[in-house]
Amino acid sequence: MNKNLRSLALSAMLAIAPVGSALAADNLTLRIGTEGAYPPFNYFSADGQLGGFDVEIGKALCAEMQARCSFVAQDWDGIIPALKAGKYDVIIASMFITEKRKKQVHFTNPYQKAAMTFVVPKDSQQSDFSPEAMAGKTIGAQGSSTQADYLTALYPDSDVRLYPTQDAVNLDLVSGRLDAQVGDMIPMLDWTRGSEDGSCCKLAGEPITDPAFVGEGVGMAVRQEDDALRQKLNKALDTIVANGTYKAINDKFFAINILTLK
Amino acid sequence: MFELLIDYGPRLLDGALMTLKLTFLSVSIAALLSLPLAILRHSGGLAVQLPIRLYVSFFRGTPLLAQLFLLYYGSGQFRPELQQLELWWFFRDPFYCALLTFALNSAAYQLEILRGGLQAVPRGEIEAGIAIGMTPRLLYQKIILPHSYRIAFPALGNEIILMLKGGAIASVITILDLMGNTRRVFSQTFDISVYFWAALIYLLITTGFVLLWRLGEKRLTRHMQHQLNGSQSTTPITATRMEESAHVS
Repeated sequence: MNKNLRSLALSAMLAIAPVGSALAADNLTLRIGTEGAYPPFNYFSADGQLGGFDVEIGKALCAEMQARCSFVAQDWDGIIPALKAGKYDVIIASMFITEKRKKQVHFTNPYQKAAMTFVVPKDSQQSDFSPEAMAGKTIGAQGSSTQADYLTALYPDSDVRLYPTQDAVNLDLVSGRLDAQVGDMIPMLDWTRGSEDGSCCKLAGEPITDPAFVGEGVGMAVRQEDDALRQKLNKALDTIVANGTYKAINDKFFAINILTLK
Repeated sequence: MFELLIDYGPRLLDGALMTLKLTFLSVSIAALLSLPLAILRHSGGLAVQLPIRLYVSFFRGTPLLAQLFLLYYGSGQFRPELQQLELWWFFRDPFYCALLTFALNSAAYQLEILRGGLQAVPRGEIEAGIAIGMTPRLLYQKIILPHSYRIAFPALGNEIILMLKGGAIASVITILDLMGNTRRVFSQTFDISVYFWAALIYLLITTGFVLLWRLGEKRLTRHMQHQLNGSQSTTPITATRMEESAHVS
């Protein structure tokens, strides 16, 4: 009796197993990690849904790959460790491709171009942003970011303050605790021109494009062993750029094409 | 794991110093604040008690992180008003904001602990003091306060340890305390072992503090040592109870 039951269970498992794996092969399921605090790239909308450029690009890629996708919001500081721990399969969160990060994860081809910029209050007279000129000034940036690396490496004589989110940096630039901040070009453009509190401030100085800090651009990050997924994402990205889907999403959010910065 | 300590150890120690400074200053300010408030809360009229009760409920009933955000980012919204009052230099600095929040928070806890101590002073001791003609001031100085602090001492130590660890959230308003520096090092190395070293430093600090506090406790209860040595347990709670019962009998 006992033996019969066991063999019954075994055959049932055998019968199910091939069906399960066949389903997985046809329908790729993908969990996408993003931050949800970095408008207009990724944010929680008023109704609590994740939205933004990154999220829509993710959805378009999923449609292209015929994958079933779900989104996971994760704090920026832990976004790479959580990928490596398997909490999701790919990060689409406007992450710059840098040498340091490449040691941890692998990146797809860039889906945005990278540049950083100084932002100062509108009444600021500052025009020279060299480390010497900024000595003793308070400069803010989001922690664990390329901006943070840039400031800590090149501005040792400034009071560099690192915040957990970009929103927090913006708040403190508005309140006047900061003399300046360094942020990613496009969100800063968007923030200073498109939002009420951002109207306090303006971009200043030359765009910072030093490849030692901003790398080759913004990519999607996957675990180093997931090369098949990386190639699938690259292929899908090429397709949505070629067929105009990318441009349609781009134009919803930005006045310029952020893949070419033109 | 050890290379990390060689490269980044000094920064972790820098952070630890900041953590010690922030904790020491905030619990000291809180200790000064909590004493008069506890006395008012213990023996004041309803009009005095009510605002103190509200203050305590607010600071004990909401998360420290929320209080810190409220004070730090909240004050940022009132910059013109604060500038007019010439207070902006204070609120502009994240360190002062954290110090004020932590001091107010810790004071709320400390005053409740002290109130417990004040209430536990045996009636007989106070009556004895009145009987020999002590003024209220002398009564507090010689009888009520020493005894209350003796009762409250272990709980106060506990509160300080909680503050030390709770203070780790100061790093979210850009203060480079132990946790803040740990997060920075982690973001530069992606080496999770830095959190291990940070935990170890926290543990060392709290262990050192517990040993110091125990010494203080021994000194405060030294007049009862002979009683304590005779009994099986030497925990401070028992010490207090024994002493009380000794006075009652």
